[in-house]
Amino acid sequence: MTTLTGTGAMVRLVLRRDRIRLPVWVLAVVALLMSSVASVLSLYASPAERRSYAVAVGDNPVAVMMGGPGAGLPSIGAIVVFEIAVLGYVAAGLMSALLVVRHTRAEEEAGRTELLRAGVVGRHAGLVAALAVVAGANLAVGALMLAGSVALGLPVVGALALAASLVAFGLVMAGVAAVAAQVTEHPRGASGLAVAALGLFFVLRATGDVAESGLSWASPMGWALALRPFAEERWAVLVLPLVLGAGLVAAALALVDRRDVGAGLVSARPGRPTASRWLSGPLGLAVRQHRASLAGWAAGLLLLGLAYGSVGDSVEQLVSDNPDLAAFFAASGTSLVDSFFAVAASFMALIGAGFALQVATRMRSEETAGRLEPLLGTAVPRWRWAASHLLVAVLGSTIVLGLAGLGLGLAHAVLTDDPAQVGRLTAAVLVYAPAVWTLIGVVAALFGLLPRAVGAVWAVLAVCAFLVLLGETLRLPDWTMDLSPFQHTPQLPAEAWSPGPLLMLVAVAAVLVAAGLVGLRRRDLTA
Amino acid sequence: MCTFEAVASAISVSGLVKTFGSTRALDGLDLEIAPGEVHGFLGPNGSGKSTTIRVLLGLLRADEGSARLLDGDPWHDAVALHRRLAYVPGDVSLWPNLTGGEVIDLLGRLRGGIDTQRRDDLLKRFDLDPAKKARSYSKGNRQKVALVAGLASDAELLLLDEPTSGLDPLMEVVFQDCILEAKDEGRTVLLSSHILAEVESLCDRVSIIRLGRTVQSGTLSELRHLTRTSLAVETVRPVTGLDQLPGVHDLATDGGRVRFDVDTASLDTAVRHLSGFGIRALTSNPPTLEELFLRHYGDEVEQPDQPDQPDNPGRHRSDRQPV
Repeated sequence: MTTLTGTGAMVRLVLRRDRIRLPVWVLAVVALLMSSVASVLSLYASPAERRSYAVAVGDNPVAVMMGGPGAGLPSIGAIVVFEIAVLGYVAAGLMSALLVVRHTRAEEEAGRTELLRAGVVGRHAGLVAALAVVAGANLAVGALMLAGSVALGLPVVGALALAASLVAFGLVMAGVAAVAAQVTEHPRGASGLAVAALGLFFVLRATGDVAESGLSWASPMGWALALRPFAEERWAVLVLPLVLGAGLVAAALALVDRRDVGAGLVSARPGRPTASRWLSGPLGLAVRQHRASLAGWAAGLLLLGLAYGSVGDSVEQLVSDNPDLAAFFAASGTSLVDSFFAVAASFMALIGAGFALQVATRMRSEETAGRLEPLLGTAVPRWRWAASHLLVAVLGSTIVLGLAGLGLGLAHAVLTDDPAQVGRLTAAVLVYAPAVWTLIGVVAALFGLLPRAVGAVWAVLAVCAFLVLLGETLRLPDWTMDLSPFQHTPQLPAEAWSPGPLLMLVAVAAVLVAAGLVGLRRRDLTA
Repeated sequence: MCTFEAVASAISVSGLVKTFGSTRALDGLDLEIAPGEVHGFLGPNGSGKSTTIRVLLGLLRADEGSARLLDGDPWHDAVALHRRLAYVPGDVSLWPNLTGGEVIDLLGRLRGGIDTQRRDDLLKRFDLDPAKKARSYSKGNRQKVALVAGLASDAELLLLDEPTSGLDPLMEVVFQDCILEAKDEGRTVLLSSHILAEVESLCDRVSIIRLGRTVQSGTLSELRHLTRTSLAVETVRPVTGLDQLPGVHDLATDGGRVRFDVDTASLDTAVRHLSGFGIRALTSNPPTLEELFLRHYGDEVEQPDQPDQPDNPGRHRSDRQPV
């Protein structure tokens, strides 16, 4: 097969380039999941604890949204799946999508694909090599998860099913990214498409599981859970993700045959020969650079908000149907609907923080790409350039959070016929803005003082996400929880409003930004 | 034409040192450029040309030495100085989703304004389509975007870092015309390059740097006396005694034909000597900077006569690497 000539060499190139990155991804995903498995095993060791867990979460729509249908509760294996499986799918999916785009479209845009294709390398070799390596990474995650789960005493068959579901979902996401990489000319656009698909899979499954509507079968993430690890495994379901993954790869390969190197399916049209009035300063440039991504994230989070808002009503139904659950929430003193929305708000705030970091870390990539140099060669002070990106990050993330809250509130207001919900739920998401700004401050400080370490802020977000999503379940000590700015945010509407912690977060963010700008003024520009 | 604020010196750099970790990128570099001068800044790759320009732009902070730009401090007065200069990088990277026209306008506005008449004129001369996205430009076209943005400004100082590295010969001619026009308008130009013909036809003075240090600086005629002329002569009678003359190198005799190089200082003596044998034909190749350049960065041909060149302060024999 001549179109595959050189695949072996390309595999070696990918492995060589990512000899650090690949093991880090695999080990990070496994460590994230296995640490949670270990905590679950120690927390729910006795049958009594497992029963009370099952009562608390089994029919709780908040928990179902985040954890899945909960097949097989209260067995220990089912609790493990409930706590870690969705998180694992998201992590494995992100790993697969980002790695595939990195080795396909990103290489192509950088012009390196052209160099390689001019050699004795087939048209499909690059894509197949990237997919082979990513498949290997997923298999490594699966093998380590299997070994770890069995070592911790979980049943072998169930552990195998859980590992297989992780691998299968990772492969689907690799296929999705392979297609996305053919569609857009821009690696950022390709990763954006793939991550949007991941989000869609999550939302379809979450709404389907909460509403028990069968919508989950429209989502590969739903298929992965439908395999039912530790609960009378349905191995036949595995066919679905494998067929879809193979189909996506075949589609991507066919698309490669139909397009030019460097081109996407959407071809570039001529643009303006002169700049508009808006594009006349660093702020105008920053807005221009981020506006497409802002529109995408804003639309995505508005839809996610609408999705959560529209299931809020069925939460009430579920509670009235289940006296145990009603008693549980009556005892905790908050309404179930409100705690559902509080969790949804924190979840959407984490996603909004992803947008904020994407914008803020752009400062570093502009510098390393050499695009900062010609700008600073003009009469633009460094601080004004950096402040432009930071301002877009701060305002943009606030807009994104506001729209997520608006979606949540609008959907719930329409369903409950209560217009007051719009403002109340918009506030529930918007209240996280200071926490997100704090993360922007972390980027600013790193960029000014430790520019090479800017990427570490994604690890900071991952830790925050871990603490928000699993901190309570794992009963982590308070000081650990306090590390996350999200922890200091009042969880509206379940908790009472208090401005004190928010003002403190704003102050921390301001100090971090100021430190970053001072550092930027004093340091050398690096290329 | 244009009148610029009178400055004592456009660029004045002395003893500049810049280290990156254990690498000494600049090692006591000196550079003096008078207002209105077109100054060639020559050196091989990695000799510190771009680092010098980045220090002059206030993008890097010098470790030692002093640098003055248009009577200002390039680090502290960066923004004020940048209003008066235009910079064209050697390796131009642009925002992929902006068109060339948008980038040109943006960079011009960031400097404080752009002369649209001049911009359109330059676009036409450089044959650049401003409606294309930067993503689809070739290296040469990206270079043109940066050149048009720089040249369309009314800056009194142009800092050009290997500005023609991606241009075809036709466009290089356009570029040279533009630089000569800039000179007529009284602008100062720092032109870093390793294309010697370009520097030779444009520059009033030249500085040659190597390993972060200035090895030679002066006008072209000052530098030319350090160079040699190549002569090829056909004579009636076989030439003898030429190898006894001072300053003659690489002598090759082939019947009635003689080829040799001669130091420009000894040219007169050599030609007088030759005329005694009845010159039938004589071709001479003028001294080029090319040769001067080669001799600074390693040319085994001229090594044997190095000791008898005491008037050549720029040569650092110990630095020379064998070719």
